[in-house]
Amino acid sequence: MTDEPLVLGIETSCDETGIGVVRGTTLLADAVASSMAEHAKFGGVVPEVASRAHLEAMAGTMRQALDTAGVRLSDVDAVAVTAGPGLAGALLVGVAAAKAYALAAGKPLYGVNHLSAHVAVDTLEHGPLPEPAIAMLVSGGHSSLLMVEDLAGRVEPLGATIDDAAGEAFDKVARLLGLPFPGGPPIDRAARDGDPVSIDFPRGLTGPRDLVRHRFDFSFSGLKTAVARWVEARERTGEPVPVADVAASFQEAVCDVLSRKAIDACRTRGVDTLLVGGGVAANSRLRAMVTERAAAYGITVRIPRPKLCTDNGAMVAALGSHLVAAAVPPSTLDIPADSALPVTTVSLADRL
Amino acid sequence: MLVLGVDTATAAVTAVLAEVDADGVRELASAVTVDGRAHGERLAPSVAEVLTRAGRTVGELSAVVAGTGPGPFTGLRVGLVTATAMAQALGVPTYGVCSLDALGAAAGPGRVLVATDARRREVYWARYVDGVRTDGPAVAKPADVHVDAERAVGDGAGKYAEVLGVRIVPEPRYPVGAVLVGLAAERILAGAPGEVLEPRYLRRPDVTPAAPAATRPAAAGTPR
Ligand SMILES: [Zn+2]
Repeated sequence: MTDEPLVLGIETSCDETGIGVVRGTTLLADAVASSMAEHAKFGGVVPEVASRAHLEAMAGTMRQALDTAGVRLSDVDAVAVTAGPGLAGALLVGVAAAKAYALAAGKPLYGVNHLSAHVAVDTLEHGPLPEPAIAMLVSGGHSSLLMVEDLAGRVEPLGATIDDAAGEAFDKVARLLGLPFPGGPPIDRAARDGDPVSIDFPRGLTGPRDLVRHRFDFSFSGLKTAVARWVEARERTGEPVPVADVAASFQEAVCDVLSRKAIDACRTRGVDTLLVGGGVAANSRLRAMVTERAAAYGITVRIPRPKLCTDNGAMVAALGSHLVAAAVPPSTLDIPADSALPVTTVSLADRL
Repeated sequence: MLVLGVDTATAAVTAVLAEVDADGVRELASAVTVDGRAHGERLAPSVAEVLTRAGRTVGELSAVVAGTGPGPFTGLRVGLVTATAMAQALGVPTYGVCSLDALGAAAGPGRVLVATDARRREVYWARYVDGVRTDGPAVAKPADVHVDAERAVGDGAGKYAEVLGVRIVPEPRYPVGAVLVGLAAERILAGAPGEVLEPRYLRRPDVTPAAPAATRPAAAGTPR
């Protein structure tokens, strides 16, 4: 269907320089250059290192995306870019690049919200998103529950983490256990050989009183501290730390809270579609637990494949394509990169 | 040949459109916004504006020239990524020019110190004799700059005039767009191969990881 919009998406909100090309909801290219290896030795993403890497990677990643998609810049209908939220300096490289590509190619520009892009990417795998839907976005930087009334413009925040992001908890616990950064994949692997009910770690913000004020919010810092105390106690007695059991029990606690709250949100709002995205959505236990629990309530779960869950340009292109199809007006060339862009701003189109 | 020049190495966001031929460089239009925090917002509209004012289209461009700094990193990158992306989209070459040279070459004859504001109480500096760079660029505390000049130009020179102890000439204060393009004119006219625009950071990055912040979506960590 060549009458569907051909859209280029640029993502630079953190450490991945991502450029994707989609036509409608068909993924044509998903080129990603990551500076993660440069950050690993610091135990977290260093903003200036990430920003420098985005500049270095931009033209090459663009070349790769266009070549893979077999299109020229002059063929695209629009250029979409993550305008926020994210790391300010990193975002700015992508926004400036997107403006330049749009200006040079004479194409409309769409400055879009990174979180909505995490939702939109699922359309590339599972087709148009039924609306309304509940979206749970969990990553190294976000842990949010969103009510998506209309992916083209009406997204309401239901809850978010009040301290650490879910992925951050994975990183910190991995460090405690001597596992490499980033911590998600090694914990997932270690947990396969462990007993998830061997240690009863706390489930943050799930007590009766928490549910009044923080029903859809998350907290993972208490869990991280509990894991640290447990490991320290073990080390004091000179006993070996059962890495697999700690990993499995920690992961079980995170996934329990996430899936419980996501399904509670669906039931409370009477929504029967739950979308899970962000890097933590690649976690095998989370995928299994959410799917199983949702089935009990007749809720349909949509989780994109792991490569699409992490930050990439395809998700930005997917949202851009949705906005073009919905006839949302484009952004002007003077839009800012907004590191604190609110969830409710799906695109910077109508704001200026 | 129609050439676009951009420089974002200082608080000035500069876009210039110039005609370059064997007779020299003729400025057709330029836009300068002095706002150290608006590089990302101002540059693209300024490029569009100079094209409109000159009655030309982006497709007529034959080359893009960019000031490669030194300059505060975040703003500097805006100019470089803009030039890189536009040139890539248009299939034209990019040429880099040291941003301080676009002050030094504009400052006239004699021995001149160029100093721009590097923030953190430092300056980016270089020395020129008759418009040609003889030392630098480097970054230093104003008190540590070996001045050795008859006069100084640039916003850094103005800001630290007392420390530098040299006569300050108020203009040029920022890199001059048409001069920037002129410094690449030889390469443009010779059809020299384009260059990858390498920023002159002159400082290593601070390696403090992004502070964990619940409200920020993409901070330290993984998976994302
Ligand atoms: Zn993300």
